[in-house]
Amino acid sequence: MLFLLTGFMQSWNLSLSILNIGVLSAIMALGVNMQWGYAGLFSTGIMGSVALGGLAVVIVSGKPVPEGWAAGGPRLLFGLAFGVAVLLASIFIYRRMKPGRTRGWTITAILVLGFFAYRAIFDPAANAIEAFNPATAGNIGGFGLPSLLSWPVGALFAGVAAWAIGKTALGLRSDYLAIATLGIAEIVLAVMKNEDWLARGVKNIIDLPRPWPVPYEVNLQQDAGFLQTVQDWGMDPTQASTILVKLLYLLVFTLVLLAVVWMSERALHSPWGRMMRAIRDNEVAASAMGKDVTARHLQIFIIGSAVVGLAGAMLTSMEGQLTPGNYTPLRFTFLIWVMVIVGGSGNNWGAVLGGLLLGWLWLIVENAGPVAMGYITMPLPDGALKAHLIDAAPHLRLVTLGLVLLLVLRFSPKGLIPEK
Amino acid sequence: MDILNALVAFLNYVFVPGLAYGSQLALGALGLTLVFGILRFSNFAHGDTMAFGTMWVILITWWFQSMGITAGPLPTALLALPFGIAITAAFVLATDRAVYKFYRDKKAASIILVIVSTGVMFITNGLTRIIIGPQEQNFADGARFVISAQGFKDATGLSEALVIKSTTAITVITAAICVAVLFWFLNKTRTGKSMRAFSDNEDLALLSGINPERVVMVTWIIASALAVIAGTLYGLDKSFRPFIYFQLLLPIAASAVVGGLGNPLGAIAGGFIIAFSEVFVTYAWKKVVGYLVVLDLEPTTLLQLLSTDYKFAVSFTILIIVLLFRPTGIFKGK
Repeated sequence: MLFLLTGFMQSWNLSLSILNIGVLSAIMALGVNMQWGYAGLFSTGIMGSVALGGLAVVIVSGKPVPEGWAAGGPRLLFGLAFGVAVLLASIFIYRRMKPGRTRGWTITAILVLGFFAYRAIFDPAANAIEAFNPATAGNIGGFGLPSLLSWPVGALFAGVAAWAIGKTALGLRSDYLAIATLGIAEIVLAVMKNEDWLARGVKNIIDLPRPWPVPYEVNLQQDAGFLQTVQDWGMDPTQASTILVKLLYLLVFTLVLLAVVWMSERALHSPWGRMMRAIRDNEVAASAMGKDVTARHLQIFIIGSAVVGLAGAMLTSMEGQLTPGNYTPLRFTFLIWVMVIVGGSGNNWGAVLGGLLLGWLWLIVENAGPVAMGYITMPLPDGALKAHLIDAAPHLRLVTLGLVLLLVLRFSPKGLIPEK
Repeated sequence: MDILNALVAFLNYVFVPGLAYGSQLALGALGLTLVFGILRFSNFAHGDTMAFGTMWVILITWWFQSMGITAGPLPTALLALPFGIAITAAFVLATDRAVYKFYRDKKAASIILVIVSTGVMFITNGLTRIIIGPQEQNFADGARFVISAQGFKDATGLSEALVIKSTTAITVITAAICVAVLFWFLNKTRTGKSMRAFSDNEDLALLSGINPERVVMVTWIIASALAVIAGTLYGLDKSFRPFIYFQLLLPIAASAVVGGLGNPLGAIAGGFIIAFSEVFVTYAWKKVVGYLVVLDLEPTTLLQLLSTDYKFAVSFTILIIVLLFRPTGIFKGK
């Protein structure tokens, strides 16, 4: 409804792009809903999963940079592998040696020496890669594979990160997970911004290929068949091509969304789903029944993060570029949270509704906020105060978002579509 | 080989900044840990409370400056501090009334309170950005240095200088005073004792006639005072930007967890542990090592363990290590 209204009032192009983002947000909300709605886990690292998904697109389908790879690719991979090996070795020793001072010193020695050795292997490789043509490349490049392939890889990346975090922070006080995930999200972002060899950092990666079956507008505009159809319908070819592209994205995204909803509904109504909700509602009783609460939590934490990573990969392949500066905790962590809570935690359709509704609100307020502020401040005399208020209008979103969250939690904690 | 110069360089680039940063973190973590001890949830809005309070301090500082009131060699912000604390405490008490009290009365799970506090975080953050804007503000005035580079070099004849900014000195001194007053309050006064009793065992405290609402109120006031002081000191020492304050939440939370959530002594220790590790790991040691080794062995690289952009990784790693091996923190929190 709202989307139709936007379409009529502003433009179909805008409406469709907001809707596309809305569908992606709905998928992210589904992932978060699994963690929070099914299992009651509060993670503040959604942004990290989204960013990892985006990174996967660069690695899988980015343009290959053979020179960059030749300059130090294998050595770089060896360095990374060495780093992992050092960590594994220290874990192995921690498990094998008797607790005591010797163990502590051995592990410290391994970690410290390992760190320096790792830097010695890794740094020259990274520098060599970054030195090659830094204006346009300077990274190891991707595999140049189709963009669709990168989506499951994005889910995989986010899942692996979630495993590492969940392994340490789950099973402790519930606040710890929130703090630890907040940290990992910032670190993921710091890595993406600063490791230029990986995805060019803040220099951004552009020209990522589009996923099948979405064509490029330029090609459409040269396609005789397309031009003919457009003429028959009496539309402007440029506008028609952009709309068609967005519609195709919408189709693909909706298919993925429906698949995820279908799978989560099936999971929720299976014995596994009932067990999850039983654990959420009473951990003590569930563990008395022989359920491994921490392992189940870990499982659902990974699955939820993977779904978010999938949506993150889809987002990057739609935008066609990776801009680490765009990932902010507000947009990609807390907004998604509000979507889930407003929509109805524990209910998949609620998460979808929340995603679409708030996705729309968020983007429309971006456009409408300053205008509205202009009306509100109309009676004020022109001057510094008025200008300041109009400048500040975009930040009203934060206040609105917070208020919505608090009001829903207070007066309708079950959300728009409550859990059955 | 030049041990003296190496020592001075070490003090100047590692120890003094670490000390100042540690004091700021410790004050922040104290506020967080007090709220955790009494209200039993991690307050995600703490970083933005710091920003909110600092904003008022800045605004009042500007107002004072426009009227020509200054504190002489000290920053005017110190004069504005009490007003900033009062406004912030009023704001925080109002949010407690409007938001947290409902869940406290319902005895909601702590995770619900955490989520609620993220809602409060949004609103505070939005208000700060609307009132003062998201850009950087500088509000330090007064004398710049206690010991200036030239003064130190002239006095000692070393080639390396120890610079102590007045803001650094003020940070450390203020933090020490705050901590002393806080511990005196917690250990010697009736209200402080009732707070500790409430934190240790809520039911027993209620039985002995402690008024929970009063304890909660005092806790919020102290926590907001600490937050505003920490925020103002950080802003004086470095600079004020709302987003940075939101990000400070991570090292502050890490300090509180490392020291043991709910344990004030632990929060201070945690603050310094986090701050010193951060500075140690992200400092380029070239200069210090350059003085220590024989000339031709001088290092060619910066000898920086991690780039400064990864300072979050430091607090995070320490947090994870503590969670893995000692989930209740070094000083046994809750």
